[in-house]
Amino acid sequence: MIAYTRMYAGWARVAILEQFQYRVANYFYMIGMVAEPVIYLVVWSTVAEQRGGAVGGFTAGDLAAYYIVWTLVRNMNIVLTPYAWEQRIKEGELVTDLLRPVHPVHRDLAYFGGWKLVVIVMWLPIAAVLTWIFRPSLDPSAAEIGLFAVALWGGFFVRFFALWALGLVTLWTTRVSALFELYFTAELLLSGRLVPLSLMPTWVQTLADFLPFQWAFQFPIETLIGRRSTAEIWLGIGMQALWTCVAIGVTAVLWRRGTRRFAAVGG
Amino acid sequence: MPAIHVDGLTKLYRVPVRQAGLRASVRSLVKRRFRDVVAVDDISFDIEPGEVVGFLGPNGAGKTTTLKMLSGLLHPDAGVVEVLGHTPSHRRREFLSRITLVMGNRNQLSWDLPALDSFELNKSIYRLEPESFVEARDEYVELLGLETLVDKPVRNLSLGERMKVEIAGALLHRPDVLFLDEPTIGLDVTAQRKLREFVAEYSRRYGATVMLTSHYMADVVALAKRVIVIHHGRLLYDGGLGGLAARFASSKKITVTMAAPPADLSPYGPVIARETDKVTFEVSRAETSGLAARLLRDFEVSDLTIEDPPIEDVIERVFEEPGDDWA
Repeated sequence: MIAYTRMYAGWARVAILEQFQYRVANYFYMIGMVAEPVIYLVVWSTVAEQRGGAVGGFTAGDLAAYYIVWTLVRNMNIVLTPYAWEQRIKEGELVTDLLRPVHPVHRDLAYFGGWKLVVIVMWLPIAAVLTWIFRPSLDPSAAEIGLFAVALWGGFFVRFFALWALGLVTLWTTRVSALFELYFTAELLLSGRLVPLSLMPTWVQTLADFLPFQWAFQFPIETLIGRRSTAEIWLGIGMQALWTCVAIGVTAVLWRRGTRRFAAVGG
Repeated sequence: MPAIHVDGLTKLYRVPVRQAGLRASVRSLVKRRFRDVVAVDDISFDIEPGEVVGFLGPNGAGKTTTLKMLSGLLHPDAGVVEVLGHTPSHRRREFLSRITLVMGNRNQLSWDLPALDSFELNKSIYRLEPESFVEARDEYVELLGLETLVDKPVRNLSLGERMKVEIAGALLHRPDVLFLDEPTIGLDVTAQRKLREFVAEYSRRYGATVMLTSHYMADVVALAKRVIVIHHGRLLYDGGLGGLAARFASSKKITVTMAAPPADLSPYGPVIARETDKVTFEVSRAETSGLAARLLRDFEVSDLTIEDPPIEDVIERVFEEPGDDWA
């Protein structure tokens, strides 16, 4: 356990050092990412105003809170994209990973986890500016903040393992972009990223209940903006744990089979 | 017990094939055709602990595929492989902690950070004790002359400098078996020599087993007493470097220094070089002793040497031999 802790700390340290090497580029990237929720926010705020101040139970202030917290959740659940696997294989990076006496998933988990510490620090000024502009209705209790922290990392784990498992398909064929696009489209619509799910048709909400996407996106957001009871939050954290376990199981099976097929191309 | 035991090792690659053209392209959407390519074909050898072995073969001979199977990257299709008593493809921590595979064209260190940061990371990955890590790191820094290199981002190092810090990073856990795949590729002569000396010193100090592929025969000659030659996936030769020439070189060179050599020496054999009183013949191995005796008998000889052709020539000749299973 101590050995793993040291190793995770080592990878996280490398991630933080590397991110600081490109701090300006990272900052511009984060600022660029703000454009997406701001567009959603402006559109839905306008709709809310035209409907007498609220849409689907969201006031303009609620929507501002939703999309400002969205920026943190989105940055937190950036994980290894499945597209990266193609490069990993072609450039021979996977060979390096396979030669280490530790499963490569630990490297990515620790690396992206370490990166998040930088993200949180860099997000704070962005959140301050957005709060000043959009005046969100946000007044979480200490308990909600604590549970939000758990849900935030829970969302990271759900998305991390789901996309890691998806990326492993590349071990069978390196041309899997279409599959990834399908996944990301479904995620955009069924996670609460594009719009809170309560604003979507009922059948979409029902469908979303059977999929992992909302647990990485909408659930952490709603934990902080006060739209879930404590019992619902604990249930949601349980769902995050369940989906994480499912994704880990799929990852384990795909990894075992995929590495047998792996042709170690690219060096 | 040998450090490396290989018996009947075989690896096939299944590659998709199709004819050129649109029709074949459309047809391949419905029915894909594959062809099995034999990359490694039933090879067997043992390498004892502490041995340094040159692993030779032309491009596509199966060298890298073999090294990848020995290091656990690839699963063999047939045969037995044991390295340090482990089956490499099981990729156990105990196994991976005792080997390293260095490939000359691949970076293991973080591109953006100084090598020292990557070394620290390797310390935690390989669970090294602080004392043994510092001892290994400082030893390699001194042996390879890395004092001014390890605190610069790796991206700012030249190819030769990068390779030196790469190999230092790959050996921090003091592996018992080193698989070196073209470690000196692209390096200048000085950097090649430095790396060779380092590998030789590492093997000597720690009794490490080394399996080395290189297109630079100087690497092999400097480091290995034994060579294994494969071609078209098959083992052609396994033995001493000297024996390689005896096995594959059909001719020898006789260089003789004599007083007033006649203009026409063709009755003695083909002359391949001549300068005033020094003449070089190339004759078949069977004729060597006979020609040497005739020259000594017929001329006033002040010096006579008999040599095998350069090892590079021997290797080149081996690789020019056509394979009978290549499709």
